[in-house]
Parts: sequence; structure tokens; C-alpha cells
Amino acid sequence: MIETKALTKKFEDLTAVDGVTLRVEAGDIFGLLGPNGAGKTTTVRILCCLISKTAGEARIADHVVGDEEDSLKIRKMIGFVPDNVGLYDNLSAYKNLDFYGKLYDCTEAQRKENIRRFLTMLGLWEKRDVDAGTFSKGMRQKLAIARALIHDPEVLFMDEPTANLDPESAKTVRDFILDLKKEGKTIFLNTHNLDEAQRICDKIGILNTKLMASGSPEELERSVSGRKTVVQLEQASNSILSALKELPLGNIAVDGNRLTIDVTNPEKENVAIVDAIVRSGGHIQSVIVVGSTLEDAYLKLVREAK
Amino acid sequence: MRLAKSWIIASKDFAIFRKKRNVIYSILILPFLVSVLFPAVIAFAGRSGGRGIPATQLPILLPAFSFFYLILAGFLPTSIASYSIVGEKVEKSLEPLLATPTTDGEILLGKGISAFLPPIAAILVSSAVFMALMDLVTRDKLGYDFFPNWNAGVVLFLMVPLATILSVEWNVIISARVNDVRVAAQLGALLALPFAGIYVAGEVNLIPLGDPTNLLLVAGGLALMDALLLYVARATFRREEIMTKWK
Repeated sequence: MIETKALTKKFEDLTAVDGVTLRVEAGDIFGLLGPNGAGKTTTVRILCCLISKTAGEARIADHVVGDEEDSLKIRKMIGFVPDNVGLYDNLSAYKNLDFYGKLYDCTEAQRKENIRRFLTMLGLWEKRDVDAGTFSKGMRQKLAIARALIHDPEVLFMDEPTANLDPESAKTVRDFILDLKKEGKTIFLNTHNLDEAQRICDKIGILNTKLMASGSPEELERSVSGRKTVVQLEQASNSILSALKELPLGNIAVDGNRLTIDVTNPEKENVAIVDAIVRSGGHIQSVIVVGSTLEDAYLKLVREAK
Repeated sequence: MRLAKSWIIASKDFAIFRKKRNVIYSILILPFLVSVLFPAVIAFAGRSGGRGIPATQLPILLPAFSFFYLILAGFLPTSIASYSIVGEKVEKSLEPLLATPTTDGEILLGKGISAFLPPIAAILVSSAVFMALMDLVTRDKLGYDFFPNWNAGVVLFLMVPLATILSVEWNVIISARVNDVRVAAQLGALLALPFAGIYVAGEVNLIPLGDPTNLLLVAGGLALMDALLLYVARATFRREEIMTKWK
């Protein structure tokens, strides 16, 4: 549905997006993670045909990003929730949505139906005649999402949709995004909220000007440094450590009677670890396998980029 | 270019202006004052004990008075245009608007219509009041109704629209550089200064504004400036420019 090849954007001497190649399948939620200034917003703006690319290619459903005629078609088939929601404060929630519905060529009946549907889903129907300027941040964010959906787009771009929201509002927005996925919409999500990305995204890209990695949250977690086996001993000893060091294992960290061992295939290596400890006279209290987290993967990749 | 899209944008702006009383007042008060004050000046000048303004001076003064509407045309769109464009910029609502399937030209035209129509309507209504009142106070002295006449027609139906377009274009260009509605309005109002200069020159008969040739020359200059500023405004109001260079 969304595909980029070596997508690049330069602002004079500054390279904001550097050769990004990614692919988002139809119906997926793709999360673009990255620190501030990583080029996430620039990438979304290019894909939404708001700014031009300097080099590379981008397509949304076979429409070429950057082509003048295709740009109008792309803008018609996508919805966009920007970082700053940008509502008309002096217009009611209903009129904000109605205005956008008209711009997307929705008929009056479609506008009425979609406005009622989305405002009801987001809990704003009762506030439909209230000026958007009086809304709380959470309500404004929800209204901006409803605005992006007013024409029932196939693809939805969201730039930090839960930033600055209280936990309850953030959860409402996340649940709503998952509901949209069930309806078959493709969602491209910019965020630096790792927990959010892990919870709702099918695929994640880690961007720091360049795309550092891309894959499912589980793939990214595994890609960092494998996993760790944590062994709690009754009493650690030099003979146990010597026995373990003879095995082809990764780093062994000792913290009192707890050993943390880097492993690549714990299902096989743990058998050898336990055997070596028992043969050295050690008594094991517990063995736990700990996986690396998405946060580990993210921090490692971002630090590597620096 | 789909005019319907531009009209949707302009209609939305009208709905917002209706809720902003300061914008409404800024468009209505000045034309109303001009339409009433100038006839009042002529009327009271004749009652202050002297003979008032001589009948021979009236054909010089009255065209200059009607030329004052050109100053209004340069001035009135500033508040509305600055709210229309800088207001959107401040509210950050330009980005979602630019993400809709509209062209840059359609958005610019929509903004232009919303900044053009209210001042034009205010000027035409107030000028009708002005002409009626002016005829009322000068009829006895002149022996005929001075207004309406061809010169006033040229001013109101040719020069005022050209000056309003110029003002709108000027405000679009300014909007790219400022982030404050009031600053935009103040800078926009600078456009009224050259018109004020011509008005004063008309009052002292340096540029006789009763001469249709002079009016057409000024109109030609305005049309030329309109074309020039349209080019600059279109170059300024492009998605790429707005997203990356507008401050």
C-alpha cells in the first residue's frame, strides 16, 4: 500500500530524510519510531504530498508521490492527523468536520452519516455544536482524528496522535486506531512512544534520518543482542565460573550469587549451562530467560547512528 | 481550477468572520464614517457663518472625496486577509487544509474571495449612502445632482476592485513573513499610503481626479501592480513554501 525506495529530503545542506526504503502492507499499522529531528514528520509530509522529495521514489497504492496529478488522488485517498491538530477554534466540532467533508467531495448524506458515526465513536457527539476552541487537548485530538476520517480514507497518517494526552485519552485513541485496523484501514503512525508502538503496530521502522531497522516488534527485539539467561545460585564460586567460561557462551556478568549470561539460543544453551553448574557442585535456585525489549533495540540503533 | 472548492474555503472563512466582531467592525466602521462625515463637512461648512465651499470648488472636491474609497479599498482587506491567512497559520490549521485534495491556486483563490467580498460590499453600500447624502447637501449649490457620474463609476467599479485585489495580494505576501495577526494588519495597511498620496494630490488639484484620463492612468497602474503581485503571491502561496519557509 505504501512503498518508498531511497526516499531522501534535503533542506539546503541539511539532510532530513536519507535514503529511506520501507514498505507498508494494506491493512497494517506501521509505526515510525525515532527521536526528535529524526525525519519522521518530514517523511509523513512527503507521503501526504505536502512537501517534495529531493530524491528517491514513493508510492501509495500505485500513485506516484510527487506527480502533480497523482498528488491530488493521493490526498483524496488518505487522511492526515498532524502533530498540531489545527482545528478552527471558532467553528463547532460539526462545522469543522462538515467543512472538510465538503473539500473531500462527500455528499451531504455522507457527511451527515460520517460526522455522526465518528463523533459518536469518539464520544464527541454530544459536543457537536460546541466551538472546538473550548475543547480539551484530548477532545481536540479526537476531533482531528474524526476530521481525517470524514471521507473514509484507505490510508491514515498520524503524527504523534497520543502525544501530550492523559493516559485515559491516549488509550481511547489507541483503541480507536485498533478499531480502524479491524475495518481494514492502513495506518502509518509517527511516534516516539515505544510502548504504544509495541502495543498496536504490526511493523515498526526505527528512523534516525536513515531507516536503522524495520520489522515486527518481536523481530526488532530479537535483533538487538539476543536474549539473556539469568541464573540465581545458592552460592557462586570460581569453579562454577570457570566451568561456564569453557562453554561457547556470550558475556557472563556476576552480581553476587546471580549470573547473567548472554545467550543466542537459550533452549539449547541453558541445558549446557545447568549441566556445567551442577557438575561444578553448584546449587541452582532459579533460571530465567530474559528477552531484550523494543526499548533496548531502539536505544541501541539510535546510539549506533550517533 | 475548481471554483466550488475555493467557494467552500471562502464560506468557511465567512462563518469564522461572523464570530469575530473586531473583524466585522473593522470593515463596517470606516466606510460608514466616510459616507456620513464627508457630506457632513460640506453641509456644516455652509452653515458656519461664511459662504461655505464655493460651487466652483465642489467639482474638484467631490471626485477627490469619492477617490477616498480607493484608500479604503487598500486598507479594509488588511484585517480580514490577515485573519484569513495569518489566523490559519497561528491556529496551525493550514497543514490539514493543505493535505486535502485542493490545489494551491484553489486555496489561494478561496482566501482571496473571503478577503475581497466583504470590503467590496462595505465600500459599495457606503458609497451609495455617500453619493445620496452628498447630492442632498450640494444639490442647491450646484443646481444638479453631482452623483452618480462616470468618474465615480470608474472609481467604484474598476479602481476599487483593482485596489482591493492589490491589497489582498499584498497581504498574502506579508502573511508568509509574520506570525501575528495585528502585525500583519499593520504592515498590510501600509498599502493605503500611496492611495492616500494620490488622494491628497487630488484634493489640491495636483492630479485632477475629475479627469477620466487621470483615473484610467491610475487604474492602468493598479492593474499592472495586480499582475505583478499576483505572480509573487502565487509563488509565495505554494505548499512547499508554506510548509518549509513560512515562519
